[in-house]
Amino acid sequence: MSGSRLITFDKVWKSYGQGEATVHALAGVDLAIRSGEFVAIMGPSGSGKSTAMNIIGCLDTPTAGTYSFMGIDAGRLDRNRRAMLRNLYVGFVFQGYNLLPRTTAVENVELPLIYRGVAARERHDLAMKALAEVGLVGREHHTPAELSGGQQQRVAIARAIVTRPTLLVADEPTGNLDTARTHEIMELLTRLNTELGLTIAMVTHEADVAFYAGRTIRFLDGHVASDAVNLEVV
Amino acid sequence: MIWETVRLSLLSVRRNVLRSFLTLLGIVIGVAAVIAMLTIGSGTTEKVKADISKLGSNLLVVRPGRPAGPGGPGGLDQATRPLGSKELAALVAHLSGARAISPASQKQVRVIFSTESLTSGVTGTDSAYLDARDWKLVSGRPFSDSENRSGTGVCLIGETVRQQFFGAGDPEGEIIRVNRTSCKIIGLLEPKGYTGFGQDQDNVVLMPLAAYQRRIAGNRDIDSIYVAADDRTPTTELLPRVEDILRDARRIPPDREDDFSIRDMTQIADAMASATTTMTGMLGAVAGVSLLVGGIGIMNIMLVSVTERTREIGIRLAIGAHEKHILIQFLVEATVLSLLGGLIGILIGLTLAGLASLTLAIPFAPSPAVILLAVGFSALIGMVFGFFPALRGARLDPIDALRHE
Ligand SMILES: Nc1ncnc2c1ncn2[C@@H]1O[C@H](COP(=O)(O)OP(=O)(O)OP(=O)(O)O)[C@@H](O)[C@H]1O
Ligand SMILES: [Mg+2]
Repeated sequence: MSGSRLITFDKVWKSYGQGEATVHALAGVDLAIRSGEFVAIMGPSGSGKSTAMNIIGCLDTPTAGTYSFMGIDAGRLDRNRRAMLRNLYVGFVFQGYNLLPRTTAVENVELPLIYRGVAARERHDLAMKALAEVGLVGREHHTPAELSGGQQQRVAIARAIVTRPTLLVADEPTGNLDTARTHEIMELLTRLNTELGLTIAMVTHEADVAFYAGRTIRFLDGHVASDAVNLEVV
Repeated sequence: MIWETVRLSLLSVRRNVLRSFLTLLGIVIGVAAVIAMLTIGSGTTEKVKADISKLGSNLLVVRPGRPAGPGGPGGLDQATRPLGSKELAALVAHLSGARAISPASQKQVRVIFSTESLTSGVTGTDSAYLDARDWKLVSGRPFSDSENRSGTGVCLIGETVRQQFFGAGDPEGEIIRVNRTSCKIIGLLEPKGYTGFGQDQDNVVLMPLAAYQRRIAGNRDIDSIYVAADDRTPTTELLPRVEDILRDARRIPPDREDDFSIRDMTQIADAMASATTTMTGMLGAVAGVSLLVGGIGIMNIMLVSVTERTREIGIRLAIGAHEKHILIQFLVEATVLSLLGGLIGILIGLTLAGLASLTLAIPFAPSPAVILLAVGFSALIGMVFGFFPALRGARLDPIDALRHE
């Protein structure tokens, strides 16, 4: 599975603060992810994983170096253009689900379509379909408070895929879930990767979660420490 | 997209009913005050105008005593000579351009019929009085010339007097006692209602001046002379003529000031109307200040709302919302909130004005223009005071916003 190059980091730096207090969250990272890949990103806390994910998802821009997404120099786009890129090509799944409170599952899933200008009827249909895809039939009109953690994360995944994005960015998607729920969610992501050809970049702290991916990149102090294909047998 | 946003903002109002209500209080009070003030104000103006025209149109009223104004205090003073039949006769003989000239002397007197009694404004006058004051009879007849001259004990009564003594019955031909004399009712006056000062204009008894002077006042003075201008003569033209004739009749030397006053009721009407307009304007301005306070309330709550929903903003931005989407969302929310307050305020204001018009007996005069203005103004307040918080929300960094707890 080696599609075209979707993501390229060319000596990407991300620095915070000035002078003595400068922190380099990323210190010259080179990295490439191809379309259709499922990549796990691991590494100790503070090693720069989330920073890298934010850049990958076009939420953030590098301090130095080049980030290109789908051949576009995304690091130099303005806020609104990056918002457009995200809306069209990127889906996000967060550790804390990040659903709108007091808003039903369908309404949450419809959200990205609103910013695409999709009409209400079609929006609803697409959202219902996405919820079915993540196995949440019958819970469409529940609010996050009425859903379990696993179910909330499914809603978040439905929201991420309802726009049929090219890339799914997932920062510790199973971080708040128990083992059984973790594996259910990972099965779901794997299915989306194989069935829809969705490229997935996922941060995790757990080796068995990382193992669902085809490849693992390890970060250490803002560098890529290792980058290897996951072997079928441990 | 806009409807979506409006729906969303209504939802968020509903989710926080109490807080929304408290936020809106400023706008509600402001708009209610403006609406109530302006509505009551224009009702009062109408009432004042109507009252004055009830006094009679194009009417001059002559009273003894120096006129009020820069020359000194008006009204009666020690040395004032009363008006009398001499002045009346001079006016009747020499004044041109008058439709009616009529004397009037008045006193509050106890009036008795059978076992009922009532303190009433008893006026001694002549038959021209009805014409001068644009007053009509519902039934009966005015005083005849011979009654005028001889001072026969006859009288015309107002509606309040009739109701007190006769209910809905016919008072004509009945004898009432006024002070210690009796007088026969020969007619019923058309009801005029209350004046703006709460005076009942129908609690009156009219009798021939001569009868009044002899039996009630005990002197031959005339309290005031009413001069109504005819259709071709403006009161401003009539007034100097009246003045000349009276100076002559009272033999006032050229170097002395008038010792009587002539009031032009038309001018008084205009002055009072403009006074109420000014008053309304000032009250409106005060109410406007409370709207400003309301606007600051909106700004405050929107800032709170933006802070509370930082995470939501982060999610929306991450998912692909542009700055303008967030800006519009919060602007619409502030506007909807403010409009809602405005509408509630309009309802309350109109209710207050309605109650006031009932208790003050003034017309209920809601103005569509004022209501539209209030709607527009509250929307504007929402937009203006919502803009800064909305901009603050729109400018948030999505990563920071997502990390916000
Ligand atoms: N906005 C910021 N301002 C200053 N420093 C920051 C900021 N964001 C991240 N950092 C720093 O950059 C480094 C990398 O942070 P990052 O969030 O990428 O770590 P991480 O690998 O995701 O860690 P974790 O596993 O705990 O989530 C850390 O030292 C962090 O303190
Ligand atoms: Mg992290």
